[in-house]
Amino acid sequence: MAASLLRLLTCGSVDDGKSTLIGRLLHDCQALPADKLAGVTDFSLLADGLEAEREQGITIDVAYLYFQRGARRFILADTPGHEQYTRNMATGASRAELAIVLVDATKGVLTQTRRHATIARLLGIRSFVLAVNKMDLVGYDRDRFAAITGDFATFANSVDIEAVTAIPVSALEGDNITAPSARMPWYDGPALLPFLEAVEPPGGPAVAGLRLPVQQVIRDGGARFYAGTLAAGSVRPGDEISIAPAGTRATVARIAMMDGDLDQAAPGQSVALSFATEVDCSRGDMIAGGDPPQLADQFEATLIWMTEAPLLPGRQYLLKLGTQTVPATVQEPKYKLGIDTMEQLAARTLALNEIGDAVVHTARPIVFEPYEQSRALGGFILIDRLTAATVAAGLVRFALRRSENLHEQLLTVTPEHRAALKEQRPKLLWFTGLSGAGKSTIANLVERKLHARGRHTFLLDGDNVRLGLNKDLGFTAADRVENIRRAGEAAKLMMDAGLIVLTAFISPFRAERAMVRELVPEGDFVEIFIDTPLAEAERRDVKGLYRKARAGKLANFTGVDSPYEAPEQPDIHIDTMAMDADAAADLIVRHLLNGQD
Amino acid sequence: MTCDGKNRHEAFRRNGRTGLTLDHLDRLEAEAIHIIREAVAEAERPVMLFSGGKDSVVMLHLARKAFFPARPPFPLLHVDTSWKFAELYELRDRLAAEAGMALIVHRNPDAEARGINPFDDGAAVHTELWKTEGLKQALDAGRFDTAFGGARRDEEMSRAKERIFSVRSASHGWDPKRQRPELWQLYNGRRAPGESLRVFPLSDWTERDIWAYVAREQLAVASLYFAAERPTVARDGTLLILDEEARYPFASGEAAVTRRVRVRTVGCWPLTGALESEAATIDEILAEMARDGSSERAGRLIDKDQPASMERKKRQGYF
Repeated sequence: MAASLLRLLTCGSVDDGKSTLIGRLLHDCQALPADKLAGVTDFSLLADGLEAEREQGITIDVAYLYFQRGARRFILADTPGHEQYTRNMATGASRAELAIVLVDATKGVLTQTRRHATIARLLGIRSFVLAVNKMDLVGYDRDRFAAITGDFATFANSVDIEAVTAIPVSALEGDNITAPSARMPWYDGPALLPFLEAVEPPGGPAVAGLRLPVQQVIRDGGARFYAGTLAAGSVRPGDEISIAPAGTRATVARIAMMDGDLDQAAPGQSVALSFATEVDCSRGDMIAGGDPPQLADQFEATLIWMTEAPLLPGRQYLLKLGTQTVPATVQEPKYKLGIDTMEQLAARTLALNEIGDAVVHTARPIVFEPYEQSRALGGFILIDRLTAATVAAGLVRFALRRSENLHEQLLTVTPEHRAALKEQRPKLLWFTGLSGAGKSTIANLVERKLHARGRHTFLLDGDNVRLGLNKDLGFTAADRVENIRRAGEAAKLMMDAGLIVLTAFISPFRAERAMVRELVPEGDFVEIFIDTPLAEAERRDVKGLYRKARAGKLANFTGVDSPYEAPEQPDIHIDTMAMDADAAADLIVRHLLNGQD
Repeated sequence: MTCDGKNRHEAFRRNGRTGLTLDHLDRLEAEAIHIIREAVAEAERPVMLFSGGKDSVVMLHLARKAFFPARPPFPLLHVDTSWKFAELYELRDRLAAEAGMALIVHRNPDAEARGINPFDDGAAVHTELWKTEGLKQALDAGRFDTAFGGARRDEEMSRAKERIFSVRSASHGWDPKRQRPELWQLYNGRRAPGESLRVFPLSDWTERDIWAYVAREQLAVASLYFAAERPTVARDGTLLILDEEARYPFASGEAAVTRRVRVRTVGCWPLTGALESEAATIDEILAEMARDGSSERAGRLIDKDQPASMERKKRQGYF
């Protein structure tokens, strides 16, 4: 009964006859029950799926099909040939060890053939079958087959595909599927199924040492067991291991299984270890032996974008790699791959089904290996914080800034760490406008709305600051500058603490607003102009200040005897004559969250 | 099928020592345990659907392995219809007790009050009220955000594309467009407010794998899967086992006939088609499947009501 398991992927262009080939494989391996086979003359119908797809006449997702032949169990991922479905193709390829690339013998190697093979290789498939299909339509012509395999070999070399087995087949007629075809005596290689039954796909460079990402801590009375699936290496009782990222060392006591303890565990096994001494180890940690694992908070990765909403550089996503989930941001892509030729193109974002390379920052260092060495330790997904949807798949290429020395992991707590803990990006919402324009009112509303959404905020109001921190300052031009400088510095400290800071100061001078903008990280200063005409502010005169100023009882009053320099290009312009305070606050909240939810 | 649990464990240990690769059942087992642990790690209130059928027996066994030496940290849930086979009720209670896990049995009070049954109300209404509605009620009552199910992708074509972690809306509906891409063994167990997950650890298992695993692990499954003389009636081309003869509405001229039959899946007894068979052991079952297979769910009358019926039921919240 024991069989080995092979996961494979079929890919090819729309009309290459993929569904027919899959139907043929299932049929020839008796994977299809009689009632499904009854009356079916078109094998392609056997690989059919969802209701909506039948209506459209195309497959729109990944379907998994199961069959067995001899001592091998196959799990076949069928992914659609339509070019806009890169997402499904990558999903199907992510676990496959071998890809069958279909080519229509009457058409030869097409752009889409190359694209699919490239994606399969990118996702880590190293073993390829080039199935040249519809040989019946080209008179089982040897030269045609040779020309196509030659074409493909040239291309394969260019994308680092080494192991290619080319087989001429007719899925429709059954040639070279289960046994060598008498109609192609010139072909002396294996038929497709016998080849799949025997092939041992080559592995990539291995990780040197044990890698066991911890999924769960299982408590049984006082004992603790650390459960996970071995991603690389092996482990035995008595082994000295380290726990990344902390670097704590421990000795393996038991590999506890319900069937009895194991002497040794190998990659792919789901185990539970206990240690000889009590150590700190929890979900997201990595039990490691041999070469220490890599640890970094900044690396270059290939991203495959999988959702309608495009990548927003700078927005915070959740990154899940192995059992680690951390907040992460993605920089503007370095490039994306052209859909046809796979050449590197300039890009500012990635849209659905686009593939590109970008720098990823994580809120804290994560333990990983490059994807080429380990799918389990180098493949990650990005998750939208609000919808919880999986928005992208990523492949770690290399670390840009390694966190050296696992044993001294006492990190300085940086503003990034504090912000990550609050799961938000600190911002400075700088409200400026005339006295009585509505700055405090709107800023208060914005703070309430942000607070309701779980954001950590603080509102620095000009009047209040002048009662405390700045009570030594008056209203001369120099004091106004110092007033703003202190407010800016205070706001900056609060941003370092991880807060979204709102300020409501008249802040009449462009230069001081520019100075504050310089104080904080680029892009984090949001200038909000509360634009109320002087006549209107004076008409409202909520605090009676304009009356006092006009009566000469207040000197240096902005708009009366001191100038107000309106922002030339505010980030947000609120015209209070055109909208009420609540609508203004909503607009500001939308603007802010657009960049980070 | 000579490999018993002990021999198998010896083989496993040997493999570990010599570095041989895991066989396909070892891999499917390890992958399913990984799935169960991952789902529980990311869930707040997980629950496991458990009927006592062969798939749920395998799933429970995997859950026990996943959390050994502790007990699985979630309850079992059976959405009952009052029309299950008597043997399954006994097995369900016994296995839950053996595992030391809490068992929640839910019967839709509305269906119970109205006496909904497959004979008077038809398979569609019966299934909708007892199973689909009953499941929603039970999940809402327990505020469960993640429910394990024993469905396999090889059972039915629309299931071939089902995710392992399948997202359901607040009303438990399934929207093919909202399903997340699933890469590697990296599962996204997060839920937006109101959403819940169905998790299928046996997705990649086939019916043959289930039987081979039942044999290898020496799991207790219902005797109904094995051929024996049983009282039956033939109705609309389907053989029904009369599990509770007193509740069966005999048509005039209709009478119980003893036939040598077995079932491939167990649902409600009035909706479970039996097949005439001589297969009395797992080896014989596997041989019978290879010889004259028909699709496993072909015996399930509930799938036949309308075209693409499984998919429609899933959209409404059927497991």
